[in-house]
This record gives sequence, C-alpha cells and structure tokens, in this order.
Amino acid sequence: MKFHKRLLRAEPSFRLLSKLWRISWLYVLLICTLAAAGYITLYSAAGGAPYPFAAPQAARFAVGLVMMITIAMLPPKVLIRAAWPLYIFSVALLAAVLHMGHVGKGAERWLIIGGVQVQPSEYAKIALVLVLAAWFHRLNHRQMGNPLWLLPPAFIVLLPVVLVLKEPNLGTATIIGGIGAALFFAAGMRLWQIVLLVLPVPYLIKVAYSHLHDYQRARITTFLNPESDPLGAGYNIIQSKIALGSGGMWGQGYLKGSQGQLNFLPEKQTDFIFTMIAEEWGYAGALTVISLLLIIILGGMLMAIRSRNRFGRLVALGISVNFFLYCLVNLSMVMGAIPVGGVPLPLVSYGGSAMLNVMMGFGLLLSTWVHRDSRFGESEPD
Amino acid sequence: MALQTGALGLLARKLYGLQVENGDKYARMAASNRVSKRYLAPPRGHIVDRYNVALASNKENWRALLLPEETTDVNGTIERFSTIIPLDEHDRARILREMRHKRRFVPVMLRDFLSWDEMARIELNAPSLPGVLIDVGTRRVYPEGESLAHIIGYVAPPNERDVARSALLALPGMRVGRAGIEQSQDTTLCGTAGSVEMEVNSVGRVISELNRAEGTSGTKIGLTIDSVLQHAVLGRIGDQTASAVVMNCRNGEVLAMASTPSFDPSLFDSGVSHTQWLEWINNERTPLINKAVAGVYPPGSTFKPAVAMAGLKAGLISPSDRVFCPGHLDVGGTRFHCWSRWGHGSLDLHQALKFSCDVYFYEMARRIGMDHIAETAHSFGLGTPLDIELPHTRTGLIPTPTWRQAHHHHWNGGDTIVSGIGQGFVQVTPLQLATYTSRLATGRAVQPHLVRSLNDETGPQATAEHWPELDMPAAGLAALRSGMFAVVNEPHGTAPKAKLTIPGVMMAGKTGSAQVRRVSRALRESGHFNSANLPWEYRPHALFICFAPYDNPQYAVSVVIEHGNAGAEAAAPLARDIMTDTLLRDPANHITPPPERVADASDTQ
Repeated sequence: MKFHKRLLRAEPSFRLLSKLWRISWLYVLLICTLAAAGYITLYSAAGGAPYPFAAPQAARFAVGLVMMITIAMLPPKVLIRAAWPLYIFSVALLAAVLHMGHVGKGAERWLIIGGVQVQPSEYAKIALVLVLAAWFHRLNHRQMGNPLWLLPPAFIVLLPVVLVLKEPNLGTATIIGGIGAALFFAAGMRLWQIVLLVLPVPYLIKVAYSHLHDYQRARITTFLNPESDPLGAGYNIIQSKIALGSGGMWGQGYLKGSQGQLNFLPEKQTDFIFTMIAEEWGYAGALTVISLLLIIILGGMLMAIRSRNRFGRLVALGISVNFFLYCLVNLSMVMGAIPVGGVPLPLVSYGGSAMLNVMMGFGLLLSTWVHRDSRFGESEPD
Repeated sequence: MALQTGALGLLARKLYGLQVENGDKYARMAASNRVSKRYLAPPRGHIVDRYNVALASNKENWRALLLPEETTDVNGTIERFSTIIPLDEHDRARILREMRHKRRFVPVMLRDFLSWDEMARIELNAPSLPGVLIDVGTRRVYPEGESLAHIIGYVAPPNERDVARSALLALPGMRVGRAGIEQSQDTTLCGTAGSVEMEVNSVGRVISELNRAEGTSGTKIGLTIDSVLQHAVLGRIGDQTASAVVMNCRNGEVLAMASTPSFDPSLFDSGVSHTQWLEWINNERTPLINKAVAGVYPPGSTFKPAVAMAGLKAGLISPSDRVFCPGHLDVGGTRFHCWSRWGHGSLDLHQALKFSCDVYFYEMARRIGMDHIAETAHSFGLGTPLDIELPHTRTGLIPTPTWRQAHHHHWNGGDTIVSGIGQGFVQVTPLQLATYTSRLATGRAVQPHLVRSLNDETGPQATAEHWPELDMPAAGLAALRSGMFAVVNEPHGTAPKAKLTIPGVMMAGKTGSAQVRRVSRALRESGHFNSANLPWEYRPHALFICFAPYDNPQYAVSVVIEHGNAGAEAAAPLARDIMTDTLLRDPANHITPPPERVADASDTQ
C-alpha cells in the first residue's frame, strides 16, 4: 500500500531522540499525577484492594503512556494524511454500532473488536479534531469568509453528532458539537456565522428530546427535582450530593468514606469517582484534583498558542477543549448541576476504552508540541 | 482559556457550597444513610394476682430458622429438615413465600414451638442442615388458662394496622393484646424497645454494631384478683351459664370475676383454627364474651333499692310511706301484676324490700319519675360506664323519656312503672350490679378496678378514703341496707337460702328474676304458668346481689345466672356460697357479732 509506505518514510527532519527530548515531560508528569490520583481512588473504591479496579487501570495506563509517546513522535503531515481515513473509519463504526452495538447500562454503545471494547464515539471525537484541523489548515483568510467553504466542515461536525444522538447519547453528542464549535471559532469564523449555525439548535434539541429514551427523560426530570423520587431515578444525584457534602473541608479520611465504602454511591468507580475523592479527601482534595485538571487544560491551551502552524494550534485546542468538556460535564453531573449523563472523569474513572482514548488525545497534543515550530502547507501566514 | 478557568472555577465554588457550607447537613444525611436503627423486642410484662401468683408470663419459644445465604441448596436443606421435623403444606408455602420476599441474609422461620426432643434431633443432624439455626423467642403463657381468660385476655400477632401504628410491632415475636387486661394495658405491658444501631451498606447488610441501648421490659401488673377465690367461684358456678363478681366494697378491688363458659387463651398466640373459632362464635352460651362486663341483663328486683333511693334522695317518699298491694296495679287501663297473685297488703319500704313487692315499687316509680330514678341509678354505677380496665365493656341502659324520644318513640307511663322493678328497657351488667351493691353498702363512689399494682407499687385507689362519698342521705342508705338484711335474715324474706352459715356474720342481699319475654295474659290467667317449665332460653335470668358483713361491709357479690329462673332459688344460694368462700379467704377476717346497727361508713355521714 502506498499510504503505508508514506507513513513509514515519515518526517526526516528530526531524529527520534531529539524529538523525545522535545516532549513536555512536565506535562507528562501532570498526566501521570492525575492517573495516580485515579489509582489511589480506585484502590479505595475496591474497599482497599488493588483488584478489581486499580491494578488493571494501572496496566492500561502503562499501555496508554507508550501509545501517547508513540503518537507524539508522529509529524503533522502524517496526521493530516491519516485524518480523513480515520474520520471515515470512525463514522463507519458509529453507523455500525447503531446496527450491531451492545447496549449497556443507559445506552452507551460499544463494539467488541478483537476482544477489546471500542466506543466509536470516543474515536470519532479525535478523528473530528484531526479532520477539521486539516481542513481549516488549508483555507486562507478569503476562503474563511466564504460560507461555501464552511459548509463541508459543518457537515463533518453534524454527521457524527447526528449518529451519536441516534444512539442515543446526549452527553457525547453535546461534547462533539462543542468541539466543532470551538474549532470553528478558533479557525477564525465570524461570530455571526457561528450564531447562524447555532440558530437551529433549539429545533435540534426538540427533535433530540423526542428521540430520548424514557430513562433519559427521567434524568432530566429528576435533575430538576431530585428529591421527588429518592429511591428511583433521583437516587444517584442525592447519594452523590450526600457523599460530596459529608466530605466537608478535610474529608472523612482515606478508605473511610461511608458513602463509597458502604456502596451507597452508584457507579463509584466510573462516572461518580469524583464523589469518592471529595468524600474521603474533602474539599481540599477535590480542589486539588480540579486544579490539576485545570492546569492540564490550560497547559494544552498554552501549547495551542505556542504552535507556529495552524494545524497544530487547532489540534491542540480541539484536544484541550475535548478534555475540558469531559471534565466539565462529569463534574457538573456529580454535583447535580446537569442531568446524569454517563460521562467519565478522564484518566481517573475506571474504564479501558476511555483511558486509551484520552491518552491518544494527549499523544496528539504532545505531537503538536513536539512539532510546534514546523511550518507546512499553510495557505498564508497568520 | 478564561472561559475554561471560569467554568471550572464556578464548579469549584459550587463544590465549596456543597462540601463546606452545607457539609453538616449532608454529613448528617450520610450518617442516617449508613446507620440502621433496629429495635430489640422488649419482654412483655408479667401479670400476677394480688398474692403474686403468675397469671400471664413469658415462656421461651425455641424455633428453627433458615439462613438462605448459608446454604447452597435451599430446597434440599428444607427437604432434609422436613424428614427430621415434619412440615405440612401450609408451612412449606409460608417458607417459600417468605424467602421470595426477604433478602438472602434475613433468616426465615421454619418451625416454632420446638420441643427439647425436636431441638436435639436438629442439633444432631446439624452437619446435613447448613444454614439452619435454632433461635429463642418468647411466647405468652397463661398458667390459669380458662379460669381467668376473660380478665387477662390474650395476645395475638399484630396485624397490618398495628404495624402501621408502631414500628416496634413489626419485630418478630411481638404480640398485641387482643382482649382483657392484655389489651387495655397493652402499652404498659409492652415496655419500651431497646435499639441497636448498626452500620449497614446500601443493600442493608450489617457491617458492624455501633451502639446498643437495652429496652425496658414491660411493667409487671399486679391484679386485684385472688386466683384461688376465682377458682372457688368457678367451682361454685359449675356448668351453669353465669357470671359472678366479687368486689371489695370499700375500695372497688375486684377479687373475682367469673363468666362461664370460658375459652383457652393460649390458643390465640399461634393463631386459632377456623373450626375452633366457629364453635366459639356459634355457641349460644357465648364463651368469648365476658358476661360480667359485656353481658347486659334487666336487673329485675335487684333494681328496687335504687328506685327507693331515688325517691328518698329527692324527698318524694319516706321509708315509712305505705302502699297497699292487692296483687296488681291498674294504670291507664293496663294492669301491672305483682309476683304474688294475692298481694302483700299494706307495706312500708322495709317490708316492700323484704317481700320484693312489685306493686309498692310500681307505685313509687310512678311517684318519683324516671329522671330521678335514672340519675340515682347512674350515681350507683348502673347503666353508666365504669372505670374497669377491660375493653369491650357495655354500658347498659337506664331509660329516660329523653332517651326514648331521641329514638322517636313516645314515653308511656307504663314504661316508668315497669322500670320500677328493673324490667322494660333497663339493662345493666353484673359488674355494675356489684358496683351498685358496693356503693350502697359503703356510701362511697367506689370504682371497680382490676389493676392493683404496677411493678409491685400499689396506688392510692387501694384505700377506702380515696373514693368520694355519695351524695345520698345516710338514713336512706341505712334503711335500704336494713331492708336487704331482712331479705336474707328475717322470716318470710325472699332469700332465706342466702343466710350465711358462718357464725356471727350476717349478709344482706336482694334477689332478682328478670323476664326475658313477656308473660301473656292468657298464660297468666290459665293459672298453670310456671317459668321453670319453659325452654332454657325463655326462662328468666336469676340475679342476686349481696354484701357482708352487714354491720361492717367488706365484700359485695353479684350473681347473674342466665335463664336460672328464680333469683331466690338459683342465684341466692350461689351468692351465699361465693360470699362464704370470700369471707373465709379474708386474711383480716372481719367476723364480728351482728349488732342491730348500720354500717360504719354511713355513720360518718
């Protein structure tokens, strides 16, 4: 295959070692710290044991780390070339999952490929970032002003959004839409144009609501009044709030959180892992984790600003926004600020697919950092 | 970037509100989440008689439980268990039902009321019965059985309404009083529940015990009943369908209260069989009803002293007023017959009571009027609620024109006249008769009561001074007592058979025969009327009230024999025997010669 050979030839201008040197190891350390916080919490979630959560998670993280470093070595040209095939492949997977996917608790759909659970919507996000970045990378300023050139990327965003909505996974669809909007804005689209794009959103919400499962509607109703059904749909929110609140300033102590240890917390090792942190380590611990997340997000944004090519800027921004939206939705959910949505806390929550996906994202982010000074194929300098 | 920092900052602020500002509230919620408070069933209080003889107590109840989670083969275990201890279809269905509704770590009861022998067999086969454990609860036992069933009552498992009322009753082994003292003193006997606070996880499994507070067991109740005397009274009654009440007339203590036939109260603890229930319900002798408080009878001639007192109190008659009895009284075209066809001639109060002349009391009732009679009867305790600690009591009735008109009927003069001899609408209970006799004998408004002590502490109601004096003329009371003395002790009194054989102790009393249906004119005029020849259910009730010793009244007895025909023949000898037993059991033994004077209690007035 021609494509294959090109990939192997790759970028000649850097030696591998010097590339490794250019990786922001401080950033890698931040990521490892967050993963360590996840390990410690998962150890507690299992009642003070490495199994069944903490040890497998650590193993996955090791794999993810290797994958991240590997991806960080890939030059932007390779990424641009891989963008479209990846996008088409992930959209195909999204379509496939609609027909033959496994439906888990709620309706997160996944495929099992070679014994590994794959959640296509996660990969679609990364592919979307790459494709949009590649597309906008080629456009010059005049083209950006022309709506005709903006229609294809709008379609690129809407296709996975609609497919994910049909799953139906409202949370992920929102995040995909959010990433798309962020990239459009960063690429220099006019604000009024974005407003024009956003105008049909209320209609889309209405359509989406009519497609919602009963359990999803229940989430919205219980979100509005969680105490209305304390043992039913409101249970998660109430127990989560109790766990958060009972942590107080300094927490109940490691391995001593009553809500988590006594199993009152639902999904404590996955979506609601943050409540365990807050319960056992208190506001101090929770604030530390939030600060860590914020530093990682801002670090990504800084990488985007520092990049001297548009593609790198957009990829770094897209990945950071993706990570930010993940954190935002998860934290808002456990605090009862938005309806419960099946979105894990990246790197901390237990789960293989999400972990590998996030690490792939960080790989791309680091790649833009490694290749921050290379300039290529841009229509005009900014 | 500012947007992202701002958004996470907002979340951090919200988290501060949740964790730090409202932390206490959520910490409390977390505590109530994980702490499960369970109640410990307190032992039910014992009931003893006045001499500390156990009347109701708790006995260990050994039962076999199955913990489904500790056996891999639940059905096999039940099968093997049933080869050792037979289980019937009913048991099996119940076990399967309970297992479906309970979690796997909650034990299910296989069989209760195990004998030592059965327990030994279970223990011996323990290796083949994984998950089967033996546990001890309590059951209520009534050593005196039938003889005190109506007073003590019985307990039964609580129903859904009881459980809704108190969570305590949901505990296994808790019982609710369903009749008698067990019901009326249920809260006293129940005690307060202990509690144990346990840390549980979200599915309710106990992780550890945090706190334990032992409950207080139910209060021990000492009754006024003398169980030996109760047995004696029942022995005297024998097979008759009757009711008898023995009261200490100075303080209202009920020493014995019999109602025959009776039932076995222990049958209720584990549930009464349907056939047994039907048998009780359909028995015309009403074994389940405590006739002493829930049986209402026309008092008949025993009502006459109350009628006289109404007149004396109102100043409408005097003991020396005379009435001529020709054997009947004609009022408004209706002829009211005396029990003596030939009449009693001219009578004063003393003689009227002694001979139990009907015409005298027809005439007096007419003169006094029903409202005075009802008021006095009520203050004697007749036809009015009493403070007896028993449920399901009936009030009886002293009719008045107001009552009759409230039911849209006209009050006839004749209604007053028949009420004068305790017939017509007048209805009282045997306990009211005993209370009436006590009040008449002592002049004090004693209330009959059964509870003498709580945890061995006696209250003030045991003293005579606790009870207020009746608002009745002492001379009038004395005249009535003297008339009742004549009934028993003077020649030609109606109840010579009631004379005590104990030397030096005199008894005063009054007979009563209450018709249960009207004697038709044709039958009366045929001259062959004899109520003893009637079928059992048509014969008059036989009543007798009495108190003794006459000079210093100590005890009052009322006897009602259902369809016993004549008070003088059936009830008076029974009352005499009961009074004899009572006096002989009296530790103080107030036996003094009979002087010709009235009792101390009225002297003080």
